[in-house]
Amino acid sequence: MAREITSQRKTINTVAAWAIGLLIFFPILWTILTSFKTEAVAIADPPVFLFFDWTLENYSIVQERSNYGRFLWNSILIAVGSTILGLLVAVPAAWSMAFVPSVRTKDILLWMLSTKMLPAVGVLYPIYLLFIQLGLLDSVLGLTIVLMLINLPIIVWMLYSYFKEIPVDILEAARMDGATLKEEILYVLTPMAIPGIASTVLLNIILAWNEAFWTLNLTAAQAAPLTAFIASYSSPEGLFYAKLSAASTMAIAPILIMGWFSQKQLVRGLTFGAVK
Amino acid sequence: MGSITLKKVTKSFGSVDVIHPLDLTIDDGEFVVFVGPSGCGKSTLLRLIAGLEDVTSGHIEINGKDATDIPPAKRGLAMVFQSYALYPHMTVRKNIAFPLKMARLPKSEVDSKVEDAARILNLTDYLDRRPGQLSGGQRQRVAIGRSIVREPDAFLFDEPLSNLDAALRGNMRLEIAELHQSLKTTMIYVTHDQVEAMTLANKIVVLQNGVIEQVGSPLELYSNPANIFVAGFIGSPRMNLISGKRAHEHKAETIGIRPEHMSIVKGGKASKSKWQGTVGISEHLGSDTFIRVETDDLGAIVVRAPGDVGLKFGDKVTMTPDLSHLHRFDEAGLAIK
Amino acid sequence: MATQNSRSAARFMLAPAVVLLLGWMLVPLTMTLWFSFRKYLPLRGGDMGWVGFDNYVRFVSSSSFWPSIQTTLIIVGSVLIITVILGILLALLLDQPMWGQGVVRILVIAPFFVMPTVSALVWKNMFMDPVNGLFAHLWKFFGLTPIEWLSQASLPSLVMIVSWQWLPFATLILLTAIQSLNSEQLEAAEMDGAAVVSRFFHIILPHLARAITIVVLIQTIFLLSVFAEIFVTTGGAFGSKTLSYLIFQRVLESQNIGLGSAGGIYAVILANIIAIMLMRVVGKNLDA
Repeated sequence: MAREITSQRKTINTVAAWAIGLLIFFPILWTILTSFKTEAVAIADPPVFLFFDWTLENYSIVQERSNYGRFLWNSILIAVGSTILGLLVAVPAAWSMAFVPSVRTKDILLWMLSTKMLPAVGVLYPIYLLFIQLGLLDSVLGLTIVLMLINLPIIVWMLYSYFKEIPVDILEAARMDGATLKEEILYVLTPMAIPGIASTVLLNIILAWNEAFWTLNLTAAQAAPLTAFIASYSSPEGLFYAKLSAASTMAIAPILIMGWFSQKQLVRGLTFGAVK
Repeated sequence: MGSITLKKVTKSFGSVDVIHPLDLTIDDGEFVVFVGPSGCGKSTLLRLIAGLEDVTSGHIEINGKDATDIPPAKRGLAMVFQSYALYPHMTVRKNIAFPLKMARLPKSEVDSKVEDAARILNLTDYLDRRPGQLSGGQRQRVAIGRSIVREPDAFLFDEPLSNLDAALRGNMRLEIAELHQSLKTTMIYVTHDQVEAMTLANKIVVLQNGVIEQVGSPLELYSNPANIFVAGFIGSPRMNLISGKRAHEHKAETIGIRPEHMSIVKGGKASKSKWQGTVGISEHLGSDTFIRVETDDLGAIVVRAPGDVGLKFGDKVTMTPDLSHLHRFDEAGLAIK
Repeated sequence: MATQNSRSAARFMLAPAVVLLLGWMLVPLTMTLWFSFRKYLPLRGGDMGWVGFDNYVRFVSSSSFWPSIQTTLIIVGSVLIITVILGILLALLLDQPMWGQGVVRILVIAPFFVMPTVSALVWKNMFMDPVNGLFAHLWKFFGLTPIEWLSQASLPSLVMIVSWQWLPFATLILLTAIQSLNSEQLEAAEMDGAAVVSRFFHIILPHLARAITIVVLIQTIFLLSVFAEIFVTTGGAFGSKTLSYLIFQRVLESQNIGLGSAGGIYAVILANIIAIMLMRVVGKNLDA
């Protein structure tokens, strides 16, 4: 738009947007601030914002009480593992649907997405039984598989929409140039789709990281990720705001940091590849 | 080696027949152009030869061997796409080297072939750039480079110049013609532009609705079109096609006369072999002037006149067709010999 | 591009995804269906045989059933409405020229990164606690009596928490869509004399139709299975029990697998009805 924007307009926009942005961000900011307070300051009335004696003791108490490292490690294993497994299954499937479409392609895609609507709670007990049978209960492997399955439709859908943007010509050129199907996918399609794959991976890691039904119901001591770590603070420790805040900050920090470092891909990913 | 034979080839997409049973022989070293309006099946035909589509029935032979079920990679053909289809994530060097890498050639050989191709195509300075940093003409050259390093039995070109501007298109046309001169490899070239077809081909295949209308050298098609479609499609400006009473005078359903096969004078009288009309819009090209003459009984007729012809809008004129260049067609639109 | 070769390769490569999802769907669902016709109390006698449709009848006639359906629809519906409307407004604002757009965008997206258990806990304790929560402080500051959010207004509270989590997503998709709007179109409308409001309704809103569809589709998928937010805040008390949560209680808390399974089948049916409705709309609006 080649139009002069008055700086007054721009100022108003800026003030309004920042105000709303900060309002939306406030709960997170408040949590982070509170994590550095003592319990007494945390519940002070009127609330204290910035001017208090900053302390790290909450973090060490939380760490002492529950081994944060192990939960974190489980979260990383499950999120990254389910994403890699998902990609291995989804890339070929998305290739098929994007480049060799048939009359049923759209139905298959919608069907896949609709499996995500099945209420997890409806199959909780059968899965529970199967997991006991297979010895997967409270195991990182079991959770990885489940999270891969529940996010698979999203991964396929996203990759499909990114692959659709790649001109078929280029894949055909590769075929004419003597590339086998494997080489075509490995050397031509995948490198071209890197931004899309990166977005898919980021979104999927977030979804897996934050998944809080299966992770709460299929784990106990061994495989529990950060969602379970934090759920253990629901009561009565929830009343200790500073410790709750420290634990919360520890649970969300990895994803927040990852998100901020990869903003561009993430924004693309957050639109589920559906809007350009 | 690069002869291709199509035997009774057909192609249908669902219930739509895109190519009707079709036979065609392409000899080694020929420059064959498939030409026709959009949707005539010319690109599909090329893709069938390439192996990017399966034939519905019939056989394709390459160098005398049945290649119908051979995948595209193994047919020994190279293709230049309309969109160039360069690999955007690879440098020019890697683009050109890709087919060689797929063929698992040793690195030293790959390097020297890429250097050679780059030299021929004036791409040496651009080898380390990516396709996104090149102009349209340069991308086109990279696409050609990628196909020549394979030393294929035949080159397939799918409307390669249609994304270039007019000036560049002329240059590239010349370069492709020179390439054919120096390589002497079979080339099959698809275009909707009959000028490209006329200037490049040894042999033109005119297609319409999945059927071959005529095969022949450019001059053959120009001088002896087999039917009205070819007559109207080949040549620019188009042949004047006249039907009705004036055609019956020449014992034909339709007659055709090219703009250059008429003389035109101011004034004059009408007769059986002299047509009268009024000058409409003229296109002055410098060397020639194409005059559109509005007539009462023939419709609008385009005549080629010398560049300095002194006729202007509204002049009454008389045109005299050169009867030895008059084309006559019957009810079915076929030429009467 | 479709040769016999590539088509069979395509089938081969699509197969794992289809088989996995089909298995993931069918195996447990069949088991649920089986249990739903049995009296099955693992802690009180185990599998006590075939009971026909007893579980189905009991589940529906339970006093919690219809309220739970209502709660589910209220949560999904309210969150959708709130996030779409606020999302459009916020997207329009963020599309305006301003300083620090990138930073504001990060601030707005941030809630999406927060895991549901964390956001539920933070909201519940630090904001909605009637004694020490920030809202309580705020209310007292204005001389009002603090509200006991999660017991007196449990549904609005849940809707608020969940909306906060999903507003970033809606905003981002809608913002992306607005940015893809051809500015010439808007300028042409301006030349034609369309006022700001009519430009919004006649050009921007129709342009957003596809994006809104996607927001609704994807959010519905996730909202139908809202779990942790309820688990952590009210535990299903004070009328905040969704159908999912009700089933969860039957299965896990009262260990009545048969009854819970029948409920599960109802939930599947409900999800299917919603899915079919959505897919109709989406199929039309989404040229996949």
